[in-house]
Amino acid sequence: METVPGRTWAAGTVPHAVATAGAAVAMAGLVSGGLMDPLASLALLALLVAGYLWDWSARRVAGTAGGARSAEESSASVPLTVFDALPDPVILIGKGREVQAANLSARELFDPKMVGADLAMSLRHPEVLSCVDAVLNGQPAKRSQIALPVPVRRSFEVHAVGLADAKTAAPRVVLVLHDMTLATHAQQMRADFIANASHELRSPLAALVGFIETLKGPARDDAAARDHFLDIMQSEAERMSRLIGDLLSLTRVEVNEHVQPREPVDLGTLLCTVAEVLSGQARARNMEIRVSVPETLPAVAGDADQLSQVFQNLVDNAVKYGREGSAVEIEAIEIERIPESGVRGVAVAVRDRGEGIPAEHIPRLTERFYRIDKARSRSVGGTGLGLAIVKHIVNRHRGRLKVDSVVGRGSVFTVYLRTAQRSGSK
Amino acid sequence: MAQDHIVKSFDEELEKLNNVIAQMGGLAEAQLAESIEALVRRDGDMAALVAAGDKQIDALERKVESLAVRLLVLRQPVAADLRSVLAALKISGLLERIGDYAKNVAKRTIALSQMPPMEPTHTVARMAGVVQEMIKNVLDAYIARDAEKADDVRRRDVEVDALNTSLFRELLTYMMEDSKKITACTHLLFVAKNIERMGDHATNIAESVHYLVRGENPEDERLKNDTSSLTVMDDNIPEQE
Ligand SMILES: Nc1ncnc2c1ncn2[C@@H]1O[C@H](COP(=O)(O)OP(=O)(O)OP(=O)(O)O)[C@@H](O)[C@H]1O
Ligand SMILES: [Mg+2]
Repeated sequence: METVPGRTWAAGTVPHAVATAGAAVAMAGLVSGGLMDPLASLALLALLVAGYLWDWSARRVAGTAGGARSAEESSASVPLTVFDALPDPVILIGKGREVQAANLSARELFDPKMVGADLAMSLRHPEVLSCVDAVLNGQPAKRSQIALPVPVRRSFEVHAVGLADAKTAAPRVVLVLHDMTLATHAQQMRADFIANASHELRSPLAALVGFIETLKGPARDDAAARDHFLDIMQSEAERMSRLIGDLLSLTRVEVNEHVQPREPVDLGTLLCTVAEVLSGQARARNMEIRVSVPETLPAVAGDADQLSQVFQNLVDNAVKYGREGSAVEIEAIEIERIPESGVRGVAVAVRDRGEGIPAEHIPRLTERFYRIDKARSRSVGGTGLGLAIVKHIVNRHRGRLKVDSVVGRGSVFTVYLRTAQRSGSK
Repeated sequence: MAQDHIVKSFDEELEKLNNVIAQMGGLAEAQLAESIEALVRRDGDMAALVAAGDKQIDALERKVESLAVRLLVLRQPVAADLRSVLAALKISGLLERIGDYAKNVAKRTIALSQMPPMEPTHTVARMAGVVQEMIKNVLDAYIARDAEKADDVRRRDVEVDALNTSLFRELLTYMMEDSKKITACTHLLFVAKNIERMGDHATNIAESVHYLVRGENPEDERLKNDTSSLTVMDDNIPEQE
């Protein structure tokens, strides 16, 4: 696959209609087949690029080909051109390695303002740059594989294909990054699941076996001991089933972590429901859950079920680890910029008054099975997966989780989420 | 008109300089990512490749130096332009150091891959994950000239320090439990040290970016105790107690 057959599309004479059909087939192929055969995907790409070039030569006013528009349009989630409808990032590069055009998926993933600058300014992975440089230096095509570890680990198959016979100002290289995240990581996630499950189930299972042996042997005729043991066995069995459930839901989140959910979610309703669900548990510890959400809070982009899970886990912890008789507060506010990503959003703080968390534990809380006090967490029925699930869901939402705590006073878990894009406006 | 021409040409050369920095940054990121992947997978061959890859970063640093010197001598930039060139020089030096630390991690990984697997490796990888994000974000901040984003990077340094402390305790427990693990634990301690230093350098780059954009050094006190959300909580406490 080093050389790509039939580079006949480069002249840009294929009518747009064909390209549109190509896009439709491409989408259908992706949906039905899961992963496209690389050859087929390149052929489709050929059609699409041809369609794009057709477009491009028609509108070749400097900077308008996806350039000036991109900043505005990248915020809209409606694909506007055939090029933008492609799920994989596609980038057209000129002879000085400058980005001439980038589709929506590329702009979203790398940089909304990537058009016009050197490719290295938006996509600096050495493997990608070396593929593009090789093609700029005359190689017909080059393929490679890369992994981008942050913010969410993703893998791509990189295709850089040369465009011959093009006019001097026209694109010289088409760069396509075919998303391989699912294929490469699914295996790993399954392996993790099995390793975690078998490791964590070992001790409760051993306990069960021990009790069964005792019940069949020395305690056979001891009614009091039997009842006692059966109670313990029941709670161990319940813990095992909770563990499997939590591990499954963690894996489900992980599998889709690279796909950012974008449904508008009204946090006001969601947070009140969470507070209601946990109010019984709070009352049992003589605690109160207070919710404060301004009327004007904008909707966030997300997956309502998963966000419920996030706040349920956080409030559950606040109730579990908060001082008896104290209050738990949930407060949401709109913020100008989310730390690091810099985009607008909403911050939801879950505050408790409890023993607090020593600093060196804070960055480790989101590790699966990490518990500060194993015995204590176990006695309150914890599996140690709650915050791991929270972290992965927040990552999937491209949000942030921030933990502040003062030992002896309490903790604040703050979740930052992106505001939903209102379709149509702006 | 002539003035315009000179200005434009300075910008073009500065752009070239920035492209090389971005490329260096990409290499440093990849070196770190690969050294950690080799560590987790206990892949000595991969680690050896990373150790050898360091030369590319060095070559790019020399390229930045010669471009920067050329700009300084021929254009004699002042004010913001001068700051840009100096920041580029400083940042390329720091990126080169980050590359060196990645090389050290790779070398330790070669040794570690011969020893039995160690649980705390996962904590090291976690720490590296935070540093990877810091490096990515600070490079993005440099490219976008975004001082706020650079400040966010500086705030994350405490996270790396906390992880380092926690890892240190974890490793001590391991060493006390089983003296046969002492050698491997020592290697891991040094790996963690290297990663922590990379985090420090990401923080230094963030300071340079702040200075570059704002023209003044960042104030430290405000960042060090960023407990804004806790203050809110403290305010509410009297009502409770
Ligand atoms: N609000 C809090 N205050 C103090 N410690 C906390 C708080 N939230 C979490 N922790 C600590 O972090 C650890 C991990 O929390 P996590 O929610 O992941 O697990 P868990 O609560 O033990 O079990 P579960 O899976 O049922 O949630 C807890 O065991 C506890 O030590
Ligand atoms: Mg919990």
